[in-house]
Amino acid sequence: MRESSSTPKLLQPLMNYSKAYYAFIGLLLGIVGLGTYAYATQLQNGLVVTAMRNNVLWGLYITNFVFFIGISHVGALMSAILRLSGAEWRKPVTRMAEAITACSLAMGAIMPIVDLGRPDRILNILLYGRIQSPILWDFISIGTYLTGSLVFLLLPLIPDIALLRDKLSGVSVLRQKIYRILSFGWKGTAYQHERLEKAIGVMTILIIPIAISVHTVVSWIFAMTLRVGWNSSVFGPYFVAGALLSGVASVLLAMALFRWFYHLEEYLTPRHFRNLANLMLAMIVVYIYFTLNEYLTPAYKWETAEGQLLGSLFTGEFSAAFLFVQVGGLVVPAILIALPKTRNILGYSVASVLIVLGMWIKRFLIVVPTLARAQFGDYWATYNPSWVEWSITAASIAGFILLYTVFSRIFPIISIWETGGITAEPAESGPSISLGGFGFPASQRFPSQDGSGFGGNSEVAD
Amino acid sequence: MKWAAGAALAVASGLLFSPFGGQSQILAAGSRAPSGSRRWSMVVDLERCNGCKECTDACIEEHDVPPAWGNPSYNGKQEWIRVVETSNDPNNGAPFLPMPCMNCQNAPCTKVCPVGATYYNDEGLVVIDNTRCIGCRFCIAACPYDRRYFNWGEPPHAPNEQFINYTPDYPVPHKIGTTEKCNWCSHRVRMGRLPACVDACRKEGMKALFFGDANEDAITNGEETWVLSEILARRGGYRLQEELGTEPSLYYLPPTGRGSS
Repeated sequence: MRESSSTPKLLQPLMNYSKAYYAFIGLLLGIVGLGTYAYATQLQNGLVVTAMRNNVLWGLYITNFVFFIGISHVGALMSAILRLSGAEWRKPVTRMAEAITACSLAMGAIMPIVDLGRPDRILNILLYGRIQSPILWDFISIGTYLTGSLVFLLLPLIPDIALLRDKLSGVSVLRQKIYRILSFGWKGTAYQHERLEKAIGVMTILIIPIAISVHTVVSWIFAMTLRVGWNSSVFGPYFVAGALLSGVASVLLAMALFRWFYHLEEYLTPRHFRNLANLMLAMIVVYIYFTLNEYLTPAYKWETAEGQLLGSLFTGEFSAAFLFVQVGGLVVPAILIALPKTRNILGYSVASVLIVLGMWIKRFLIVVPTLARAQFGDYWATYNPSWVEWSITAASIAGFILLYTVFSRIFPIISIWETGGITAEPAESGPSISLGGFGFPASQRFPSQDGSGFGGNSEVAD
Repeated sequence: MKWAAGAALAVASGLLFSPFGGQSQILAAGSRAPSGSRRWSMVVDLERCNGCKECTDACIEEHDVPPAWGNPSYNGKQEWIRVVETSNDPNNGAPFLPMPCMNCQNAPCTKVCPVGATYYNDEGLVVIDNTRCIGCRFCIAACPYDRRYFNWGEPPHAPNEQFINYTPDYPVPHKIGTTEKCNWCSHRVRMGRLPACVDACRKEGMKALFFGDANEDAITNGEETWVLSEILARRGGYRLQEELGTEPSLYYLPPTGRGSS
C-alpha cells in the first residue's frame, strides 16, 4: 500500500518512523549497552562486583526477576480470562497485554542467569537437574510459559501479519520476509479462521494454569526455605495477586502511552481505561487482603525472629520503603481510581505508575530484609546495590521497553482483524470476523455440544 | 483431548526419567539421604570453650579457606567454623558458641540444590562439588544456621595447589562463583583422623570439641573418649533449633556450673 491519507491509523506506526523514534531507540540501546558492559565486568571479576555478600546473597537481580515474571502475568489475565468471560471490550487491549507478557518474560528469564555465580555451567541444570529443587520447577514452568505465551501472542497475530504481508509493500525486504514467514500462508478462508479460533481457544484455556503455576513456583523459591519472612504458606496466591496487579497496571500504562504517541484515541476509549482501572482496583483490594494476612498474623504473635523482621519493616531500616508500598503503592492508587475527580486517563496512569513502582519495591522488601537479618549472631547485614547491579537493572527495564517498542513498530499493537480496524478479509471469511466486533463466533466461544469446541477436531473440515 | 493427555504424560515421564536425570541425581536416594555405615557426630562442650578461635585458625590453615569478601569474618577469611559470642555477661558459663556445619541429617541445603552439587558423600557428610555448583546460592539461603559461604570473587591460589587432586572431600583448589562450607574434614575423617578443629582444640588445651561415630556410641577429643549417649543424657546435650527438624549431627553440652571454664 502506498502511503496516503487513507492509511489506516493502526498501520501508521509501522510505516512512519520519526527521528524522535530513532533517538528513543538509540537511548534504549545505550542503556542496554551500559548493562551489557556491566555484565561483562561481572563475568570478568565474578559477583564480587555486586554488593551481594553472604547474608544478602540475592539482591536486585532476583528482585527484577520476580518483578518481571509478575508483570508477565497480565497476558494470561487480560487475554485468556477476559476472552473466556466474553468481555468484548478487551479486544483492542489483548495484544498489548500479550506482548507485555512475552517481553517481560524474556527479561525475567534472563535475570536468574545474570545472578548465577557460574553462568558457564548453566547446562548443568539440564545435565544434572534435580526435580526436587524449586529452581527446576521454575526452569520448567517459565520455559513452558515463555513458549506458551509466544504461541498465544503469535496465533491472533497471524491474520494481521497476512494483512501486512499483502498491504505493506513499502517496507524493507527483511520485514517482508518476516511477514511472509509468520503469516503461515494465511489466506483468510473460513477453514483457516475456524482452525485458528480453535487453536486460540485451546491456548486460552492452557495458558491460565501455566501462568498461575509460574508465579506460584517463583514464590516457592522463597517459601520452601525455613527463613523467617519467607516461610509462609500464603506466598503462592500472594505472589499471583501481586503479579496480576502489577501486570494490569503496566498494561494500563502502555495503553495510555500508545494512545498518546500513536493517536489511537478511537480504539482506546475512556471506557477501556475505566474497565481496566476497575479491574486494577479489584486487584488492589485483593492484594491488600493478602498483605493483611501476611503481616497481621505474625505481627499479632510477635515471635522473636518474626518480630525482629517485622520491626525492621514497620519502624526500622526498611520502614520508609514499606510505608511507600502500602500507602503510595496501594492506598493512593485505590483513591485515585475511586475518586470521581481523578477517574480519568491521567489519574489512572498516575495510579499505574505508583503501583508498578510500589510492586518493584515490594519485591525488594520480600527478597532483601529476610536475608539481611542474620540468623545467628544478632546482626543485620547492609546492602547497597553497586553500579553494576543498577546498570543491569536499568538495562533490563530499557530492554523490556525496547522489545515492546520495536514490536509495536513491526506488528500492529492493536488487533486489526479483531477490532475491525480495517476490512481486508475476503468476503468468504464470514461477517463475524471481518466486521471485527466479534473475534470468536458464538459456536467457538463455548465448547460445542459434542465437546470438541476447544479440541481442534478436524472432522468438520475434512 | 487424547493427544493432550498423551503429550502431558510424555513430558512428565520425560522429566522424571530421562533428560533431567543426569547421571544419578534424579530421585536418587544417594544425594538426599545420608547413607553408609557411619553416623559421624560432633559434640561441643560449651563449658570448656574459651573462645580462643584456635579451631577457626586451624580450619583456615587446613583448607586454605578463601576470603570472606567483606562479610563478617575472622582475619578476613570465611569462618567455616564460626565462634559466636552469645553473651558478654561474666556470669554466663558459656558465652561462646562454636558453629561448624551442623551436618544435618535432613539438610535443607541438599534439598534445594538444582544440580545435586551439594550432597551426602559415602561417609554421610554433606559436601559440595565445586566443579558442578552453578552458583545460584539457594543452598546458602536455605541454611538456617548461616553456615555456608560463597566465593564472590576469585579466591587466591597457593602455588602448591596444582598438585592437589580436587575432590569434594577436600575442596581445594577453591573456585570462583561456587559455594563453600565446612565438611567436617571429610578427607581426614576418611583416613581415620580427627577434623582439624578438634585436633587444634585439644592441642590448645581446651579439649572442648569431640568427634565420633554415633553407631559406635563413642566420641573423642583425641585425649578423652566418652560414651555419646551417656554424656548427652547426663549433661543435657542439645542441638541448635531442634524445632526446625533439620536433625543436626552436632550436639552442644551446656555448662554445668556458673562462671567456670
